[in-house]
Amino acid sequence: MRQATRSTLCFLFLYANVAGAEEPSLPPGLGGSEPSLPAGLGVDEPALPAGLDSLPVEIPANDRAASDWKESLPFDFTGYAETRLGTRLQSDATQKSASIGEARLHLGATKSWEGTTASLAGDFLYDPVLDSHSVELESGEGWFDLREANLLFRPTDFSDIKVGRQILTWGTGDLIFINDLFPKDWNSFFIGRDEEYLKAPSDALKIALFHEFANLDIAYTPRFDSDRFIDGRRISYFNQNAGNIVGRNMPVFVDKPSRWFSEDEIALRLYRMINAYETALYYYDGYWKSPNGQDAASGLFTFPALSVYGASIRGPLAGGIGNAELGYYDSGDDSSGNNPLIRNSEWRLLVGYERELLAEFTGSVQYYLERMENHDAYRASLPVGVFARDKNRHVVTVRLTKLLMNQNLTLSLFNFYSPSDEDGYLRPKINYKLDDNWTLETGGNIFFGKRNETFFGQFEDNSNVYVSVRYGF
Amino acid sequence: MKKCILFSALAMFMAQPAFALSVDEIVAKANHTAYYQGADGKAKVQMVITDSQGRERSRNFTILRKDVDDAGDTEQKFYVYFSRPADVNKTAFLVWKQIDKDDDRWLYLPALDLVKRIAASDERTSFVGSHFFYEDVSGRTPSEDTHELIEETDNYYVLKSTPKNLKLVEFAYYKNWIHKSTFIPVKTEFYDAGDKAYRTYEALKVDTINGFPTVTQSKMTDTNIGGFTVMGYSKVNYDIGLPEDIFSERYLRAAPRQYLR
Repeated sequence: MRQATRSTLCFLFLYANVAGAEEPSLPPGLGGSEPSLPAGLGVDEPALPAGLDSLPVEIPANDRAASDWKESLPFDFTGYAETRLGTRLQSDATQKSASIGEARLHLGATKSWEGTTASLAGDFLYDPVLDSHSVELESGEGWFDLREANLLFRPTDFSDIKVGRQILTWGTGDLIFINDLFPKDWNSFFIGRDEEYLKAPSDALKIALFHEFANLDIAYTPRFDSDRFIDGRRISYFNQNAGNIVGRNMPVFVDKPSRWFSEDEIALRLYRMINAYETALYYYDGYWKSPNGQDAASGLFTFPALSVYGASIRGPLAGGIGNAELGYYDSGDDSSGNNPLIRNSEWRLLVGYERELLAEFTGSVQYYLERMENHDAYRASLPVGVFARDKNRHVVTVRLTKLLMNQNLTLSLFNFYSPSDEDGYLRPKINYKLDDNWTLETGGNIFFGKRNETFFGQFEDNSNVYVSVRYGF
Repeated sequence: MKKCILFSALAMFMAQPAFALSVDEIVAKANHTAYYQGADGKAKVQMVITDSQGRERSRNFTILRKDVDDAGDTEQKFYVYFSRPADVNKTAFLVWKQIDKDDDRWLYLPALDLVKRIAASDERTSFVGSHFFYEDVSGRTPSEDTHELIEETDNYYVLKSTPKNLKLVEFAYYKNWIHKSTFIPVKTEFYDAGDKAYRTYEALKVDTINGFPTVTQSKMTDTNIGGFTVMGYSKVNYDIGLPEDIFSERYLRAAPRQYLR
């Protein structure tokens, strides 16, 4: 008896040493310190441990309710309702003090048949900061903004075609675009709308061709789609003619290329993976996307001809992701660079690196260069006393992103800083997902600079903060 | 005490069947069962994340998987397509799992039509805000740990695995209960340096699908983070003939809908 007890104790002692002290609870029917068999394993299944009897797991009631009505629809439906309020941090004589006061309802529907997908998405919105609410589908003005209306189909195994209104993006930059010459909405970006609204839709035909050697994207826009550019109506800017910052008092009037099939745009991307590296060559033929010229006779701002030739590479580098992108902007209407009313040709270069710095904390840096061609000709052409841009504009960006609380809270900071222009733009943001439907966000768009004439410096009086509440469904 | 050790050694010796598997064989079979069954596979996943305060959040997604070399249990490709919650609807995530280097990861954000490359240096960070890490979803390379068989029961091989490089992970070691006839890892406990089990994986339900025993419900509890995540798998299918080009930028931008239903 004594012997048996001793043996048992010694066995337990040894076992405890090997297996560790923390043992899973004993389910009924099992003698060892081991987990019970899950349902479906073995013939003689042990009873489930207490607390696991309610399988399968109940999905939350609100989510289940949401899924019921959405799944009864014959198409995939999604959307959100949002209100976003913002104010300038300083008075701007040319603008209202509110920077944004928006109520927005985004609705999106997708329907797929065999080989074809139709997408429709649009936003109903009202913002009293604007005085006019009539709908302009092309520029996205007014109470309705059509974001997507397209058909995607696959005529052959090696091609995808998407035709209609669509958002198009390529290139490697983070909020810096060299070879992505698809339209941007700078107003949305600067007043603190969700980042997705930086991309404005294109009315285009996109043909994607796939081959083992390389893939080719062809994006054809039959009628030029400009940026939703800074025009003074929401964001004040530096006007060279006025020699000052202007806004609602002096909105930009443009003469925009708008003839179908002749004033068009084509953008090409030839790309392939080389090991883990994504490489691409780009070509664009069209127009400067924001007004970069002026007609001397009419005084209207113009979109001079532009061709771009570029290349990029992106891939793993030192535990993170590195990228480099280059583009040559050929300003065809002023190839010699001596017309002061048309922007000169330039080289653009971007080098970036991103990596995780700590758990749930990511950092990235980018260096960006705009190098003007024919800088001497440009300087010689300028009237006396007019601000002259440097030959090289250097910009450094830093992004820091920290995720907290099971990734429901995001703190982020993005800063543009130009040592050559001595100006910059800071975008702090806090985003909190209250639950599966509600999201709260607050952030700012802080411009700073020493001079009114530089790119970010001119927007200084537009610095703003905003808050938003969104319900997604 | 001498007698005690002798007794135990004898007991352990006697417990070994004549055709005993080596530890590495057990680990390889468990790794295969957990991540490599069939040449490819598909599942719809419903994830419910319960935080330390009992609040629930859900993630619904479809996951497609293909083995690059089915015989070798090495590189794999994963495509994850989210449907819920609304803010991630149609977001797609692509992983090329590598063995001796960092995985390649891409994220597609549909509203921006943006294909974003993601740094994948740390495999032990939360997958979409859940208690599962990326590594739990795509598999931890067996050669990263040293494995020892510490116990064998009627149902389980109980293994203790110690990382070769402690700096890369947050745990000191983990224990794995591997079901003997199916090689399904039924339970995994991660221990800190103080021998405290703070993180527990449990297979809650197993179904045999296309002949493969498959975990169709699993749970990860993490007392450091607080709370737990339950993943339920439905519409599981193996050997569906997924073409490898599904796992490319083309299908990030144009979802492979016929395989996602």
